[in-house]
Amino acid sequence: MYRYDEFDHAFVSSRVEQFRDQVERRLSGELAEDAFKPLRLMNGVYLQLHAYMLRVAIPYGTLSSRQMRMLAHIARKYDRGYGHFTTRQNIQYNWPRLSDTPDILQELAGVEMHALQTSGNCIRNVTADHFAGAAADEVADPRPYAEILRQWSSVHPEFSFLPRKFKIAVTGAERDRAAIQVHDIGLHLKKDENGRIGFAVYVGGGQGRTPMIAKKIRDFLPEEDLLSYTTAIMRVYNLHGRRDNKYKARIKILVHETGAEELSRQVEVEFAALKDTELKLPEADIQAISTYFAPPALENRAEGWESLARWKKTDSDFARWVQQNVQPHKHPDYGMVTISLKPIGGIPGDASDAQMDAVADIAEEYAFDEIRVSHEQNLILPHVALADVEPVYRALVVAGLATANAGLITDIIACPGLDYCALANARSIPVAQEISTRFGAPERQAEIGELKIKISGCINACGHHHVGHIGLLGVEKKGAELYQITLGGSGDENTSIGEIIGRGFEPEKVTDAVETIVDTYLGLRRDRQETFLEAYRRVGPQPFKDALYGSAQEAA
Amino acid sequence: MVSKVLTANRLSDGISVWLDAAGNWVEQLQDAFIARHAEAVTALEATGKQAFEDNKVVDVNVVDVEEVNGTLRPLRMRERIRAEGPSIPYAAGYNGLSGPKHAA
Repeated sequence: MYRYDEFDHAFVSSRVEQFRDQVERRLSGELAEDAFKPLRLMNGVYLQLHAYMLRVAIPYGTLSSRQMRMLAHIARKYDRGYGHFTTRQNIQYNWPRLSDTPDILQELAGVEMHALQTSGNCIRNVTADHFAGAAADEVADPRPYAEILRQWSSVHPEFSFLPRKFKIAVTGAERDRAAIQVHDIGLHLKKDENGRIGFAVYVGGGQGRTPMIAKKIRDFLPEEDLLSYTTAIMRVYNLHGRRDNKYKARIKILVHETGAEELSRQVEVEFAALKDTELKLPEADIQAISTYFAPPALENRAEGWESLARWKKTDSDFARWVQQNVQPHKHPDYGMVTISLKPIGGIPGDASDAQMDAVADIAEEYAFDEIRVSHEQNLILPHVALADVEPVYRALVVAGLATANAGLITDIIACPGLDYCALANARSIPVAQEISTRFGAPERQAEIGELKIKISGCINACGHHHVGHIGLLGVEKKGAELYQITLGGSGDENTSIGEIIGRGFEPEKVTDAVETIVDTYLGLRRDRQETFLEAYRRVGPQPFKDALYGSAQEAA
Repeated sequence: MVSKVLTANRLSDGISVWLDAAGNWVEQLQDAFIARHAEAVTALEATGKQAFEDNKVVDVNVVDVEEVNGTLRPLRMRERIRAEGPSIPYAAGYNGLSGPKHAA
């Protein structure tokens, strides 16, 4: 993992002291709200429905046990005993007092964490594949590049007041687990024909009220040009992005209005001027950062194959969990473990302080002290020997964290929705809970297979509904909640935006509607191997419309 | 006229509060002062503006409520959830809307 150097420590500590002073002046009345609000947002402090909310950055979703224990400690000491892991690989606390936030940030700084750039019109937390450094299909670990981008973008004076917020995601594999095509910039690490490392560069993707799939503007950008090319994109955006209209201010609108070809031309002009400046990344610097992300020394543990097979035979629950939540590692004697934060009927992404401590303990004992947060709101242990999978499972069972549903219908992404969020129009969490409960039986989930449901409580789409195989968008209509359903979305290497299937459903009817959709799929799929998404792409929306609204009735 | 109450979030901890008849900001909607005519609403708005300027509260709003069997009920779901807390059991010991409001 990356470790702070002296500069990082001094910088983060000075920001904490600066914010402490700002909070004190606010509480004493010296600073008015209008002056203070942008300052608190720069430090991750929002005001939501019931209280302030603190969003803590988890760069590219990577955590050590020590850091996870601190997150648990903050939940216990300053909040109500839990935290919410988000689709941005961050964590949010829902009940911190403003007066406590400087102390919280000081404690976070002690474990090399902060809440900078988790709000505001700046470059936000850079996200990455949660299996980075472990996945068998990986070309290279995306995190060193994400870390380079983090360092470069932290309080970057030129890019601290962009037209709108800016999100960058990096993946290191052909299989895109970081949803790069729905980010402002998506970087796909790859090798060229000479074996050099570089990136395919996508720009202008995003969700929100105007969902757009990013356009590829570079097929191969050599790694040393990462910062100069990114700077070139940022400059074009900073200059031409729409500052007159908040809803048209993201780079996706600029790309759409300018056209990818012309935008790419403008970027290349900027890039030509920047290419051979100090922004060019020296090989030594890339190597130095990469050293921090060197994989742990994984000894051969071939005995795990036999013991794993034996345990699976004797315990069907364990076998099911392994089947669903353990993925192949690049080392054959190891696996990547997904710790589901989606208990049946539970709140997607929430973890109690005790659960966070338990994960920290397990990671320390069995997983080389490494934890990841996935954008699907789960936790990951990226390096677990197959020989240790059974004791990890037993410990997760004790902590209530052994739900065997990764990638299944109950592994639902949901934003906080109207239960917490000041922007929301409808609740998300209770809808997720009811769907999870309805489909919770293990056999039924297994029968349905891979199916991603994503729920947002407003058009801002924090719950990624546009890229849900089944997406649910909560709206307010005549003072009541209504849920619009989209089908066929996907946030992977074959990204697609879901299509609205017809009129929306009241809260008490939306789970029935989802069940109708699922049953329709089960009735028309070619075989068990054809996933929901594949079947939808084959047959289109009509059979689902007919099932939901009746074939004669026009879906309004 | 639709009855109205004045609500805000307390500056120091962000907790949702309502203005009561004695001019205090209280954590229970049911203790709120109810404005039933235009002059009372104007007074509420002025009080809210002053409290904001005095740095006691933020996000000040006058919201519509109805009285059902002696109980105040905001017309908008957003305000009902603000008043009663998240509608889901979110943490150990909290039972969602049906349970008691968690201590601030």
